[in-house]
Amino acid sequence: MTVTATTTAVAAGADAPTQVAAESVAGVESTSTSLAEAAHAPATGITGAQSLVWSLEAVGVDLVFGLPGGCILPLYDPLFDSTVRHVLVRHEQGAGHAATGYAQATGRVGVCMATSGPGATNLVTPLADAYMDSVPIVAITGQVPSGAIGTDAFQEADIRGITMPVTKHSFLVTDAREIPQRIAEAFHLASTGRPGPVLIDVPKDVLQATTDFSWPPRIDLPGYKPTTRPHGKQVREAATVIQAATRPVLYVGGGVLKAGASEVLAELAELTGAPVVTTLMARGAFPDSHPQHLGMPGMHGTVTAVTSLQKADVLIALGARFDDRVTGQLSSFAPGATVVHADIDPAEIGKNRKADVPIVGDAKETITELIAALTAVQAEHGRPDLAEWWVQLDQWRATYPLGYDLPEDGALSPQYVIERLGAIAGPDALYCAGVGQHQMWAAQFVKYEKPGTWLNSGGLGTMGYAVPAAMGAKAGRPEATVWAIDGDGCFQMTNQELATCAIEGIPIKVAVINNGNLGMVRQWQTLFYEGRYSNTKLQHRGSGGGEGTEPRSVRIPDFVTLAEALGCVGLRCETPEDVDATIEKAMAVTDRPVVIDFIVGSDAQVWPMVAAGASNDDILAARDVRPVFGEGQV
Amino acid sequence: MTRHTLSVLVENKSGVLARVSALFSRRAFNIESLAVGPTENPGLSRMTIVVDVESQPLEQITKQLNKLIEVIKIVELDGASVQRELLLVKVRAPLAERATVLQTAELFRARVIDVNTDTVTLEATGTPEKLQALLAVLAPLGIKEMAQSGTVALGRGPRSMTGAGTLRSA
Repeated sequence: MTVTATTTAVAAGADAPTQVAAESVAGVESTSTSLAEAAHAPATGITGAQSLVWSLEAVGVDLVFGLPGGCILPLYDPLFDSTVRHVLVRHEQGAGHAATGYAQATGRVGVCMATSGPGATNLVTPLADAYMDSVPIVAITGQVPSGAIGTDAFQEADIRGITMPVTKHSFLVTDAREIPQRIAEAFHLASTGRPGPVLIDVPKDVLQATTDFSWPPRIDLPGYKPTTRPHGKQVREAATVIQAATRPVLYVGGGVLKAGASEVLAELAELTGAPVVTTLMARGAFPDSHPQHLGMPGMHGTVTAVTSLQKADVLIALGARFDDRVTGQLSSFAPGATVVHADIDPAEIGKNRKADVPIVGDAKETITELIAALTAVQAEHGRPDLAEWWVQLDQWRATYPLGYDLPEDGALSPQYVIERLGAIAGPDALYCAGVGQHQMWAAQFVKYEKPGTWLNSGGLGTMGYAVPAAMGAKAGRPEATVWAIDGDGCFQMTNQELATCAIEGIPIKVAVINNGNLGMVRQWQTLFYEGRYSNTKLQHRGSGGGEGTEPRSVRIPDFVTLAEALGCVGLRCETPEDVDATIEKAMAVTDRPVVIDFIVGSDAQVWPMVAAGASNDDILAARDVRPVFGEGQV
Repeated sequence: MTRHTLSVLVENKSGVLARVSALFSRRAFNIESLAVGPTENPGLSRMTIVVDVESQPLEQITKQLNKLIEVIKIVELDGASVQRELLLVKVRAPLAERATVLQTAELFRARVIDVNTDTVTLEATGTPEKLQALLAVLAPLGIKEMAQSGTVALGRGPRSMTGAGTLRSA
């Protein structure tokens, strides 16, 4: 008896390994036929490096982001002749986030590569980022030669060990003959089930070894069998619960986008008539213009979205994971709700909140089957009457709309800038945010109508994500306008990739929301640390306090001249009157990256807000403004 | 405090133990004992993991373990299982007290595996409770050194975890 013969998953894989490999990597456009055609003919007496490059071609990779070094050098030689385009980044972290941006924008697997040691460790942050946000990327790292592993050799790091907690899976290739199989398996793992990052570590001698190549290889993963088809009984049970609900809410998470389930979600929403909230990872999954959309829930969600969850009698969680930033204090989250929780990852179900009706499956398949089950139930019992619920929701919506006050000192309002940017660039553009206040405002004030138009670092909260992720998104979707909305703190972490963009012809647009501060941290210092601004003023000397806290008279750095130095067009905007014209000017530049330095006030805050660890019931609509929900009505 | 014994079939590949222990560490799960060994199938290893949790986290532990690509199958072994540990214990046993030591060994069906003028080394297998009892009796005599394995366990009855039928029905 062998391992493979004993499991159903591998039985299927053994029957049709080609198909599995093709499905996993092809994305929407490609088919298994085109992949088979793309594969190089079988060959003998080639190097491991050549085999790896041909394997990448065979799985349909068109683009990788990377930076070479000693141990991965053998791979870069055959890559020189490959159809795979390599974008040479300025820092490996940029390669990782670019792969993530590419994957989020295209739905295909993003690929990054780096050399051993520091090259590989620079990928750790993007891997952790992609793991938290379930993004399908494959990282290929060079490793010191097999014989040197464990000797503290030059540029040696145990990258497989280091990344174990932040990857879906990882491989150390010990034999060049394994290369095609490991590549096929890595792409299969990254893109199926709950997507995630996969790392392949290849020692230098394995890249240099002589080997054979044939495609497709067999995929042998006996322990991997994601459930995509939901259980019929659970779906019918969910339909019964939803039919009986008087205050239901569809709580939509990033899994809906990953599954490409936006269209069926709209159908489900209209069938049930239930309100929809989209989490930070799901912005764009349901049109903001739809009357049933209550906006984003969570720490900086709309009052109506947050409160609808609190008052709901049934929550239908679809591809969402009850993250602490959504639930607030868990014990008081949605206290009266029966929870239907559908997710492709069984471990998410019941992890934070008990599920009354658990459903394991792909979001698209689950929603499709739920629609069928609900249609049957409604045919018998009619469509539930949610009029009373909507009266309540509409009242909250009218009383507590999203909004912002213009700064009293006449400074440019960051919310206004972002709102105008969204209006001018429109719903077809892609928006890619860093992390902090600007990210929340971009989630709130840009109106998203289409899936895949909002990219951000949700789970890990990686400052510096925006520029490289926008680069990856633009490289994957060159026809789209791609805006990075970044903070001045974030921008200073990864802006060197603008040089990559300028040289490689990836004309992204960057709106730096420059308030001279680490704005979100400053907001917390204002609210929770009596305004003691310890080390958050980016333009001040002596930010730690004491003497010399005067602002510098010169901007350091000057983002306009910095942008120009990096081969971009640099623009600056300091007044509300110039906002539209400056954005239009940036929109007109198509041959180079553009950076707009929006000088905004430093005291703007993100509202509404549920303080960390507080109950969602204690949401503040604005500073010191506690909503009144008319107790007793619900 | 609840003890659960998980029998985990994993692919026999390098790095699997690191992955499992990293998972327990990262998710803040407590391992009471862990034993890894080969199975009748050279491609598979069996890990027997005793965890100390309430029932809710146990479900999380098994779900998270199941997500590891190299984990093939997990079964929680309940009362209908045999569970054994191996104990090697070196006891102070000068001539005057040697008879007591040997008598105790006999009572617990422990075997003498090494003798010299000062000590006797015993080998005992049994449930964790039995080995605890043996140690309690030996302690007043003077335990010089001991080594104890983690629990290994198998379900009772004809069914096997590695059998094709069992896995297919999983």
